[in-house]
Amino acid sequence: MTAHFKHDKPDTRNVLDHTVQGIIGEPLTRPEGILKVTGTATYSAEYEVGECLEGVLVTAPFAKGQVTSIDESSVTGMPGVIKVITDRRLAARAAQGTANEAPKQDVCDVHYWGQPIALMVAETFEQARDAAKHLKFYFTAEEAAFNPSAVETETKGGATKQGDLAHAMKEAHSSVDLNYTTEGHASAAMEPHASIAQWDGETLTVHASLQMLNYNITELADAMGLEESKVRLLSPFVGGGFGSKLGVSQDVIAASVAAMELGRPVRVVMSRQQVFQAIMRRSETTQRLRLAVDAEGQLTGFGHEALVSNLPGEDFAEPVTQSSAFLYGGENRLLQIEVARINRMTAGSVRAPGEAVGMPTLEAAMDELAEKAGIDPVEFRLRNIPDVHPSEGTPFSSRKLAECLEQGASQFGWDKGPRTPRTRREGEWWIGTGVASAARVHNVGEAKARVTLQADGTALVQTDMTDIGTGTYAILGQIAGEMLGMNRDDVLVELGDTRLPRGPGSGGSWGAASSGSAVFIACEAICEEIASLLDTQKDGLTLKDGTASWNGQTRPLKDILGGRPIAKLGHYEPGDIEDDYAASSYGAFFVEVAVNDWTGETRVRRMTGAFGIGRVLNARTARSQCLGGMVWCIGSALTESRLFDPTDGHLVNCDLAEYHVPVHRDVPDMDVILVHERDGAASPIQAK
Amino acid sequence: MPLSINKQSYSLPADPRVSLLDFIRGQAALTGTKKGCDHGQCGACTVLVNGVRINSCLTLAVMHDGDEITTIEGLGSVDDPSDLQRAFVEHDGYQCGYCTPGQICSATAMLEEIKAGWPSDATGDINEKPALTDEEIRERMSGNLCRCGAYPNIVAAIREVAEAEL
Repeated sequence: MTAHFKHDKPDTRNVLDHTVQGIIGEPLTRPEGILKVTGTATYSAEYEVGECLEGVLVTAPFAKGQVTSIDESSVTGMPGVIKVITDRRLAARAAQGTANEAPKQDVCDVHYWGQPIALMVAETFEQARDAAKHLKFYFTAEEAAFNPSAVETETKGGATKQGDLAHAMKEAHSSVDLNYTTEGHASAAMEPHASIAQWDGETLTVHASLQMLNYNITELADAMGLEESKVRLLSPFVGGGFGSKLGVSQDVIAASVAAMELGRPVRVVMSRQQVFQAIMRRSETTQRLRLAVDAEGQLTGFGHEALVSNLPGEDFAEPVTQSSAFLYGGENRLLQIEVARINRMTAGSVRAPGEAVGMPTLEAAMDELAEKAGIDPVEFRLRNIPDVHPSEGTPFSSRKLAECLEQGASQFGWDKGPRTPRTRREGEWWIGTGVASAARVHNVGEAKARVTLQADGTALVQTDMTDIGTGTYAILGQIAGEMLGMNRDDVLVELGDTRLPRGPGSGGSWGAASSGSAVFIACEAICEEIASLLDTQKDGLTLKDGTASWNGQTRPLKDILGGRPIAKLGHYEPGDIEDDYAASSYGAFFVEVAVNDWTGETRVRRMTGAFGIGRVLNARTARSQCLGGMVWCIGSALTESRLFDPTDGHLVNCDLAEYHVPVHRDVPDMDVILVHERDGAASPIQAK
Repeated sequence: MPLSINKQSYSLPADPRVSLLDFIRGQAALTGTKKGCDHGQCGACTVLVNGVRINSCLTLAVMHDGDEITTIEGLGSVDDPSDLQRAFVEHDGYQCGYCTPGQICSATAMLEEIKAGWPSDATGDINEKPALTDEEIRERMSGNLCRCGAYPNIVAAIREVAEAEL
């Protein structure tokens, strides 16, 4: 039976504050953690499949043109070689997040350096890798575009134009007009994209490293020309995603084509270089920030324009101004994104799409203006938190930006004194501090999950939702345990299988609120059924430690069930709430850095982050997510940059030695503050 | 002489191109050791060879005739985890889990290196026995990347075990 909840009004019942098991929000360790630390968690390339062939992608050594022929005879004599797959179903690009259709196929039509053009299949990995290097093919290269500033651009829809920004700048008490550039980034998840495809003549089963199975199954079925019912995707463990595994990727489709063509299982693991070259990049950006304030330090003008790039035919444009739309006030507004079409690999979602490059520039501009206006930067931000959405006029749902700034400043020991650069020195290091606001727009998606209260009194939670390190196994078990009155260890959570009820998957920070709500709704329906078995009302029923209490009576759940399990499908559907409120998570960062006077080397010495993210479902995994975001701040600010050759367009630093993600020694101890919050407009579990 | 992994003997592979990493994950079917970059840049493939940590992707299986290899599976099990494995769970010293076996193998050997007095870039006076500071742990673990950014939790897990041991 399905329990359906359409989110048309804020759910302020705060049910999880009235349950008594006492595990929701608690910092419980991850149930799957013991598998991860003992090497027994199985990732997509690691399934033991008999007779499995190995596939290695062959990629284009040019940025634009046509592959005219592939000479299979150049490798046919090589040991172990089975076949060169050149099927037109092979994917040239990965699908964008939530694309729900096949990505661009026709691999002979090349649009970026490193685009897959064929799959070499052999008995062993070493044989396939060697043959892939020896495969002869012919191509005609065409002139390609590599410089986003040197091509014509198109304006992305959804721009904000309100009032007269130029006039506001002219009339301002203080103003800044600043240009910034930001670098392109890589998700660089530790597990490279990998798939094992099996075809039994009727059904295609693929173990793959993917974030959003509900969309990925449609993308794969579409690419293969199969009915969705003939496809099964499995991703119970994903070795990091950060946006790079939102859409079905080239390895998944290549392994599937080969398995169907050859009648044997095929494994395709992308090399680290291929992941860098052929999976999503975050676009580089060029941005202009114009901010104007009146004599009271209130924003009157707010301009944020950005130039980003992507391949021809891709809808995605790095949403640089996403949080600029609502974070601060200013009645005269201009927010606009231009897209340049160039021949670099697909631009798509990399962790915090939009905010990761739009917020640092906005916050840098806010600092420059605060200094000009003579206002402390924390105070300046507090002063400019708008009452309603500055363009749409909608109310904000619960918003803890001010609390984040205040609690963060207090914990960090923010010095409100003069902020003149180069005032504090230790040896050869200049020491400075800084603050930034943070925001991440809140999204939810339709989600289903099945919860079964088993006859033995334990529970089973099932959904195709993934855990990419975010803590899904932990939090879904905690929600069910809290609602059904049992310890988390008595709840088994099964994830990452398209045969299970579908949710939106992991991406855009929407998974916990959406799939968590589906579990919650299913549990509410189970509670109702227990109440009806006991001839009482749900509100008068208390469940704790496997025992039901009502009207002064108590009885073990197991006895109430009498050998009959109760299974409910929870169905969460976003509703009017999405249009009625401007919902977002908020935060504030405080950092102390040391800059070497001679070399310019910059070291982060300490960092405090305060976060308003709605109800915290597990304080341990939530803190870890926040820590991860803070580590990414260090990388994007100081070390990470995709570097392209301007003559042939290839990515120069396509590995982890040359693309510098933060390492242990770059990361100091960090403080994380989880600000108390309940947001009923965000989800029926008040989480964001 | 055969190659030994977690005290079990394996014949060397016929194909000399097989890396130790691919041998462990393939022929030995011990997939706890991870392939993150295949170029010695990320540390996910860290194993112990005769007690010393190495990147198993940077060496060929046939070069380890007679060597004793210890992988993450050899350090502890679900039922009987090592102190570090237990501490990583307790401190949430991971998120996605893919770098985790490498971090734990690396930390296991690293603590032995500190005990043996090996200096690092973070050691002030290399004539003195290195102190177990967070900076020493961070420096010595910097060959093991974690993209989820679990570094502060990993350091906390290692610190807890090291303080009990050293």
